[in-house]
Amino acid sequence: MLPSLGYGVLILTLLVTVYSVLIALVGQKKQSAAMIESARRAMLLTWPLLTISAAILIYLLVNEHYEVEYVWSVTNRTMPLYLKVTAWWGGQPGSLLFWGWLLSSFTSLVALRRWDRDRELLPWVLTISGITLAFFLALNVFFENPFKLIPGIAPTDGRGLNPLLRHPGMIIHPPMQYLGFVSFTIPFSFAIAALITGRTDDRWIRLTRRWTLWAWLFLSLGLVLGMRWAYDVLGWGGYWGWDPVEISALMPWLTGTAFLHSVMIQEKRGMLKHWNMILIILTYDLVLFGTFLTRSGVLSSVHAFAQSEIGPLFFIFIGFTFIVSIALLIWRWSDLKSETEMKSLLSREALFLLNNLLFLSILVICFWGVIFPLLSELFTGSKVTVGPPFYERATGPIWGALMLLMGVAPLSGWGISTVKTLGRAIWKPALVALLAPIWALAAGVTNWIPLLGFTLVALVITVSIYEFWRGAQARSRKSGKNFLVELVNLVKRNRRRYGGYIIHISMVLMGIGIIGIEMFQTDTQRHISIGETIELAGYTVRYDDLEQFRHEDGRYVTRAELTLIKNGKEIDHLAPRFDIYPDGQPMTIPGVRSTLVDDIYVILVNWEGITPNSTPFKVYHNPLVKWVWIGGFVFIFGILVAAWSDGEE
Amino acid sequence: MQRSKFILGGLMILAAVIYLIVSSTKANAEYFMTIDEVEQQKAQIIGKSLRISGAVIGDTISYSPDNLELTFEVAHVTGDNDEIEANGGLARVLHDATVDPNRTRLTVVYNGPVPDLLQNEAQAIMTGHLESDGIFYADELLLKCPTKYEEAVPEQVEG
Repeated sequence: MLPSLGYGVLILTLLVTVYSVLIALVGQKKQSAAMIESARRAMLLTWPLLTISAAILIYLLVNEHYEVEYVWSVTNRTMPLYLKVTAWWGGQPGSLLFWGWLLSSFTSLVALRRWDRDRELLPWVLTISGITLAFFLALNVFFENPFKLIPGIAPTDGRGLNPLLRHPGMIIHPPMQYLGFVSFTIPFSFAIAALITGRTDDRWIRLTRRWTLWAWLFLSLGLVLGMRWAYDVLGWGGYWGWDPVEISALMPWLTGTAFLHSVMIQEKRGMLKHWNMILIILTYDLVLFGTFLTRSGVLSSVHAFAQSEIGPLFFIFIGFTFIVSIALLIWRWSDLKSETEMKSLLSREALFLLNNLLFLSILVICFWGVIFPLLSELFTGSKVTVGPPFYERATGPIWGALMLLMGVAPLSGWGISTVKTLGRAIWKPALVALLAPIWALAAGVTNWIPLLGFTLVALVITVSIYEFWRGAQARSRKSGKNFLVELVNLVKRNRRRYGGYIIHISMVLMGIGIIGIEMFQTDTQRHISIGETIELAGYTVRYDDLEQFRHEDGRYVTRAELTLIKNGKEIDHLAPRFDIYPDGQPMTIPGVRSTLVDDIYVILVNWEGITPNSTPFKVYHNPLVKWVWIGGFVFIFGILVAAWSDGEE
Repeated sequence: MQRSKFILGGLMILAAVIYLIVSSTKANAEYFMTIDEVEQQKAQIIGKSLRISGAVIGDTISYSPDNLELTFEVAHVTGDNDEIEANGGLARVLHDATVDPNRTRLTVVYNGPVPDLLQNEAQAIMTGHLESDGIFYADELLLKCPTKYEEAVPEQVEG
C-alpha cells in the first residue's frame, strides 16, 4: 500500500515536471504570462511531492519493510536508526531520488525569487533545471524504482548496507558530494538561459555568484570528507588513490574552480565571456559524467557499490545537453565579444587566464588518464593503463605552478603590470617566505621537490597575510581608526577577495599535508607477539594485548591494544582492529595517533592465523598529514567569509 | 604584437602539458595482459610494468608471517567483457577458471598485508613485473569478489 503510494507520487511528480517544462516552453513562445506562472507553480509543486515520496521511503527504511527490494538491499535489523535513515542514499534508486529531491529544492528556491527584475531569464532557468529533474525522475520511475516490491513471501530481514559504508563519514560524504553536484545545475541553467534569451551581459553571473560558491563549497567538502573516510576506513595508509571515481569527482571541481575565478574577470573587465560559458557547460556535464561513473559500473573502483543498466541513458543525456549547449554558444558567439583587450602578460586578468589554463590542463591530464586504456585498446589492440604515478608526475608541476600563481597574482595590477611593478610588490613577502626552505633544510630535508613545495606554500601564506595587512594598514592610516577595526571593515567591504585569500591559505595548508605524505611517508611491517615492539621513525609501538569478541550487532571483532612510546615515554594507546561482519565482509580499522607533526597509523593485518603469539602489524609514519584536515576547516571558514550575504544582491 | 605574445604563451603551456602527458604516460604505462598472454610473451616482457588479472586459487595461498610475504597462484581468465557475459558472468568465469586443471597458472608474490578479500575464486587485479624466474612480483593488489557484494537478488525476486 505505502510503497504503491510512494511510487504513485513519484510518477505524479514526473508528470508535473514534464508539464512545467512544456507549458513554460509554450508560454515563452506565446508570450503568455499566465502559462509561465502555471509552469512556475508546477515546479514549486514538485518539492512537496518529492518530499512526500522521500518521507515514505524513509518511513519504509526505518520500519523494516523488507518486502520493498530497496529496503531489503540497504538495511537490516541490526543497523542503528541513523544508518537506516541515511540508507536513503545508500543505493542506486534511493540516491537518484535524493538527487531529484535536491534539484527540486534548489529549483524551487529559484522559483520563489522575485521575478520582476529578471522576467526574461527566470522562466528559462526553470525550464532547463526542469529538464534535468525530469531526466532523474524518469530514471527512478522507469528503471530504478525505490518502491519496487519483492514478489512472493517478504523476507524477514534485509541484506544490510555494505559495512564499508557504515561509517559516520559516509553519512555526510555522499550528500555533500551530491549537494555540490546538483547545485551546479543552477548556474548552468542561468548560463543557458542567458544564451537563449540573448541577455549575455554579466547579469546571469551576478545572480549565480553565491550559488556557485555554495556549490563549490559542497563539492570541495565532498572531496575532503571522502579522503577522510578513505584514511579512516580503507586501511591502506593513504587518502587518495587516483581511482577513476575520485577523478570523476575531481574533474567538475577543476572546471568549477576555474569558473569561479574567470567570472570575476567578466564582472570586472568584461572579458572571457565565451570561456565562462564553456567552463560552466563543462562543469555541468562533468557532474553528470561523475554521477554516471559512480553509478554505471563502467569502471571498477572502491565506489562501485551500485551497478545498473542506466549507463547508456546517462551517456545519451550528457551528449544531448553538451551538444545543445555548445550549439547555443556558437549561435550567440558574436554577442559574447570581450569589451576590453588583454594588454600585459603579467596583468591580473592575464594571470587569471593562466590559472584557468592550468586548471584545464589538469582536467585534460585526468581525462586522458581515464580514457587512455580505451583509446589504446582501440588503436593498438593491447590494453594499456596508467596508475597513480602517472597522475602524480603529470599534474605535480601544474599544482606547483598554481601555487606560484596564488603567490604572485594577488600582487599584480589590473590592466597593465610589469616585472618591475610586480617585483617591487613581492620582494618583501618573498624574503619572508624563504625562511621556510631554510627551516626545512635545517630539519634535514634535502630533496628539492619538497623544498620548493614548502617555499611556495610559505609564499602564498605570506603574500595573503601581507595583502590583509596592507589593506587594513592603508585604511587605518586614512581613517585614523584602530588597525583591527579596519581589518574587519576591509574584509566586509570585499568579502569575495579576502575570503578568497583565506581559501588560498587553506589550499596550501592542505598542500603541506600532501607534500608530507607523498614525499616522506615511511612504513614497516612485522609479525610480533605480545610484549614485543616495532620501531619506526623514532617511535616504538609496543604490543600489549589482543582481544577477540563478538559485538552485539553480530560482527566479530579482533582488537589489539598497543602502547606508543617516544623517547622512552609512553605517549598514547592505540587500538587497531579488524571486524568481520556476519556476511563475511571484513573491515580494517587503523589505530591512529595524529599530531601537527606526524601521524602514526597502525593496522592489524588481516590474516586467519592471528594468535597473541604472532600478530602481523603494519605501521605507517605519515608526516604532516593532519594539515590536510586543518586546511579543510580553514577552507570552510574562507568560503563562509566569501559567500556570506552582504545585503547587496 | 600583444596578441602574438599571448599566442606564444598559450603555445608554451600547450607544449608543456603535452610533454607532461606523453612523458608520464611513457614512464607509467602498464600493459594490461591476460595470463595466457603473459605465458606466450614471457621472454619479451620481463621487467616491464604489467597489469594483469586472474582468478585466485584458494589452496595455493600461503603466507609467511615473518616477512609478510604472500604467495598465491592465479588462473587465466579472459579479459573480454562480452566473453565473460557469454560464459555466465564474472563469478561463473572465475569459478570455472579455478577448477579447470588445464588453465595456465601464474605464481604471484606480494609483500604486504593480506587484503581483506583474498580468497578462492576472487578476481585479483595486480600491477607489478615478471622476473626471469617466471614469478610475477606484484606491487599493488586489488581484489574483487563478484559473488559477495553484487550478490543477486534471491531467485524469487527475478521477474
